[in-house]
Amino acid sequence: MTTLRVEERSAIATLRHGLRLSPEFRVGLPVTLLLAVLATVGKIIVPVAVQQVIDKGLSGGAPDVPFIRNAVLLCAAAVLLTALCGYLMNVRLYRSTESGLASLRGKGFRHVHDLSVLTQNTERRGALVSRITGDVDQISTFMQWGGLMVIISVGQLFVASVLMAVYSWQLTLVVWGCFVPLVIALPRFQRWVARAYTRVRERAGDMLAAISESVVGSAVIRAYGSEDRTARRIDETVDAHRAAQSRAQKIIAFTFPITELVGAVAIAAVVVLGVELGLAGDLTAGRLVAFLFLITLFISPLQTATEVLNDAQNAVAGWRRVLGVLDTPADVADPGPEGVALPRGPITVSFQGVGFAYPGGPPVLHDVSVDVAPRTRVAVVGETGSGKTTFAKLLTRLMDPTEGRVLVDGVDLRRLRFSSLRERIVMVPQDGFLFDGTLADNIRYGRPSATDDEIARAVEELGLSDWVAGLAAGLATPVGQRGESLSAGERQLVALARAYLADPDLLLLDEATSAVDPATEVRLARAMDGVTRGRTAVSIAHRLSTAEAADEILVFDHGRIVQRGPHAELVAVDGVYADLHASWATSSKLS
Amino acid sequence: MPTEQENQPTVMRQGFRVIGHAVRAEPRIFAGAVLGSAVYGVMTVGSSWALGKATEEAVLPAFRDGHATTGALLTAVVLIVGVAVLKAGGVIARRVLAGIMQYRMQARSRRDVTRQYLRLPLAWHHRHPTGQLLSNAGSDVEAAWAPLAPLPMAVGVVVMLVTAAAAIVLVDPVLALIGFLIFPAIAALNLVYQRRLSPLVMKAQQLRAEVSEIAHESFDGALVVKTLGREDDEAARFQAKAGRLRDANIAVGRIRGMFDPLLEALPTLGVLAVLGFGSLRLSSGGVTAGELIQVAYLFTLLAFPIRALGWVLAELPRSVVGWTRVQAVLTATGSMEHGATRLGGSGGARIEARDVEYGYTPGVPVLTGVTFDVQPGRTVAVVGPTGSGKSTLTQLLVRLVDPDGGRVLLDGIDLRELARGEVSATAALVPQQTFLFDDTVRGNLTLGTGDGAVPDERIWAALRLAQAEGFVSALPKGLDTRIGERGATLSGGQRQRLALARALVREPRLLILDDATSSVDAQVEGRILRGLRDGSGGSTVVVVAYRMATIALADEVVYLEHGTVADRGTHERLLLRCPGYRDLVTAYEREEAERAALGEEARDDARDMEDLADEEVSA
Repeated sequence: MTTLRVEERSAIATLRHGLRLSPEFRVGLPVTLLLAVLATVGKIIVPVAVQQVIDKGLSGGAPDVPFIRNAVLLCAAAVLLTALCGYLMNVRLYRSTESGLASLRGKGFRHVHDLSVLTQNTERRGALVSRITGDVDQISTFMQWGGLMVIISVGQLFVASVLMAVYSWQLTLVVWGCFVPLVIALPRFQRWVARAYTRVRERAGDMLAAISESVVGSAVIRAYGSEDRTARRIDETVDAHRAAQSRAQKIIAFTFPITELVGAVAIAAVVVLGVELGLAGDLTAGRLVAFLFLITLFISPLQTATEVLNDAQNAVAGWRRVLGVLDTPADVADPGPEGVALPRGPITVSFQGVGFAYPGGPPVLHDVSVDVAPRTRVAVVGETGSGKTTFAKLLTRLMDPTEGRVLVDGVDLRRLRFSSLRERIVMVPQDGFLFDGTLADNIRYGRPSATDDEIARAVEELGLSDWVAGLAAGLATPVGQRGESLSAGERQLVALARAYLADPDLLLLDEATSAVDPATEVRLARAMDGVTRGRTAVSIAHRLSTAEAADEILVFDHGRIVQRGPHAELVAVDGVYADLHASWATSSKLS
Repeated sequence: MPTEQENQPTVMRQGFRVIGHAVRAEPRIFAGAVLGSAVYGVMTVGSSWALGKATEEAVLPAFRDGHATTGALLTAVVLIVGVAVLKAGGVIARRVLAGIMQYRMQARSRRDVTRQYLRLPLAWHHRHPTGQLLSNAGSDVEAAWAPLAPLPMAVGVVVMLVTAAAAIVLVDPVLALIGFLIFPAIAALNLVYQRRLSPLVMKAQQLRAEVSEIAHESFDGALVVKTLGREDDEAARFQAKAGRLRDANIAVGRIRGMFDPLLEALPTLGVLAVLGFGSLRLSSGGVTAGELIQVAYLFTLLAFPIRALGWVLAELPRSVVGWTRVQAVLTATGSMEHGATRLGGSGGARIEARDVEYGYTPGVPVLTGVTFDVQPGRTVAVVGPTGSGKSTLTQLLVRLVDPDGGRVLLDGIDLRELARGEVSATAALVPQQTFLFDDTVRGNLTLGTGDGAVPDERIWAALRLAQAEGFVSALPKGLDTRIGERGATLSGGQRQRLALARALVREPRLLILDDATSSVDAQVEGRILRGLRDGSGGSTVVVVAYRMATIALADEVVYLEHGTVADRGTHERLLLRCPGYRDLVTAYEREEAERAALGEEARDDARDMEDLADEEVSA
């Protein structure tokens, strides 16, 4: 089993790797960056205009009107031009980043499905979902805002500094002297803010979990009269969340205006020293005033810096998690076009010295060698934990054996194309998961090309028509999210109909009728096995009625097949099966 | 249907009404935030005035006269720094208080909404999908109060604009005219911007939720996707939605890309206009150079905050949608009313259903005319085909839902007349679907009867009876191990046994098991049921089961078919006279018998076919 990776790559390596995987980001990037630079340069138009107007237009007593007019018009043209650059830059940026992120989401989604069930089960579903939704959104925010802000801010600080240095290097030093301590302190502020935000997220998680209990557990809460207790628990988490939010807000509220205070100090220092310099003849009045405007260019980049740093950190973390999915190898992989595709028809499965152990765990299956002949009904029985389900997972290649091999029609399962495998072997798990849609939609999931008539016929053949007719809208009845509008037994009926419609060569039922009534179960079993039509049916069942009907029974005990043969033969001898059967018979039969 | 444009004024009005609720709920906090914001607004104008003053009285005289006055410079420094300190104070007050207000309103709504979830009857829950209820308490509450964050700022901006207008008019009416042209233009442009943007943002948000919903569903059903080989179809379904999200985001980007640079360009053009016209005014003596700088600086300062007006307006439509959804929960009626009667009895309770009718959807009854009674201390098995209404019946018996018609009586009293908490103090239901709280093993069993109120011995006894003692004692912290969503992982069988122990620890007078013993073996089930029946309490038991051993333990069987009691009586009697019941419970045996008769024949057929196939192959 491979657990999902969270890369320990450095930020730079993560970015590089991420960009390599999403070539869309780089499409037209140089032009976009050039436009961003041009849009940034527009910010110094006002200070330059102010300086020019004061020094050249107003210096000789009466204003030089034509000069001022020309300067103003020229600057206005420049402003409009930079606005146009800004527009083009934004449109290009959104297009390339959104395209890249959409395909990244798609790749991530697909890869999650390609991962083995073992890997999928190492992480909560919600966490898997956020890797391709929220985490990708973090990247998108950064690319469209934070990352852009970095470029613009650095550009703005650089351009402003250069221009300031041209006007007066002494005053530039003064300004930097004021801002450098702030720049040094910023990462610390950012850490405070990040920590506070992390806390908010954690508290939000607790709160949503508590709230979801009041919804998902509504029946149990009422049945046990624990409304007050649930309410108390919700209140606690809601208050903790509110407190965390307020705390984060306070930290931001107090750190945010610091930049502006530093800016005011810088302005005051520039006024005093600028006058001194001016008196010494090193500075004109226009340049001094322009300086004051230039200082404002310092404030907004530094004000947003903590947010940008946060953004960047989140984006890198998000990217790591997305890449973590893509970098996790699909340990049960589709051989793809190189693999073998087998024709449909009666199917032979053979296990040859198969063993299995969960990673880091003791073996749960030992040296299982067995052939499942075509057109037979096989029942797999045994106590909980005897290896039945592991056997089923290996047969359907949800996992690969750690020892030995599983062959289908003489071909190693690992060499069989998934498309061919899934067409020929279908498993119905105990929990009949349904998708939000109608009954017909869910049954059609077994074979998307099936017509309404074929679905109706399948229902008919399974003897479920009566049940369907009793539903609110027959086959058009919505089953609700995850099938929650149906009872557990009804969900299993739909899951069976779905597999029946898929019509595989080998059908594996893993306690698929555990919540269905005995009469329906027997009827279904008969309809499903379809042995006469060439299908092999393998059933894992705790109700041994299935075993009695089987051509062959595989009895599992402590990870080994300890007995095999037809019911009549096995029940006649002392052994695991006879015991299991005796215990079942007393609990389920009249006699 | 009204168009987007026609809807706007109503949405705005509704939006302001939502804001009004918050202001009335937290008047002091709001007043404080607005005051802070006003200080900030006035001081923003003040900082340009300070700079103008410094230029006029310290910088320019010094350059003109060739010497500086220390007093004037000092005044300038004090003014610039002092104004900045006041402004910072205003910012802090505004941000902190606006945050407190927003978060308090969120917390309040969340408490109210979840209170409703707990108060409203289960029937209401049945009508509302889980996902919707979760987002009502989560993102909808958040959206409803989102405008509260920029609201004080927007009010402060209004103060700022009035102050600025006054300041500029005082300086020079001609320059003021430029301001009066530019600033309304910025505000108007921003309003157009937000109006065009907000439906696009809402659409993108909706799509984001849909993308996430597909991923959730698809990953939850990963096993089905895999076993049926539907990965490609799922990927295509997801990619299509992700593609729509991409297009929606690009549409947002196009609007942002267009308006953001324009909004930035407008004040810059304003400053240039001030410089242009200002220098003309300067030559005619209308303004001084310092005043000119002051106005120009003011323009650069106002450019950004003025957008806060747009932020509030932009949040309004989303806020109204969130608020409406939250209100729908808060105003939902049909609460479960309780009477005042208390049950004094001890020992097994008597439960009775009289002509009970129930349906989830109007016109589609699940139960009709269900009548039966269970005498104290007796065990009744409810048997019936899949989908015959057995689980629904168990919910009616403990008043999780009220019948549409008829009555359910506990010790002769209609459940609706019993005081709140009486039913759950008397009866315990173990539902088919196990639900565990995100809590310790102990917490899950006692359900907050107060720590220590239930002695450990009783908890362990219940665990022992439910066959859960072994694995619980093997857990790292025993009874104090956290389980549930974020706790230790338990198998389905283990979870079911804990749910069973939860009911047993209460020693209920009435125990209802809805197919809840599939994970314990038949002998153990028998021990549990007999223990309850014969114990000091002599509990009454209603058990939904298919298992013969369970049915055998019952004194009587109630056989349900298509939502009605088709027959009731002892197992032996039903077996004789009720064909449906007979078919159901003897299904396995009949099958065995038929197989015995037909088995040889069928096997021969199969063999024949195989031979045929072999012949074909060899041919």
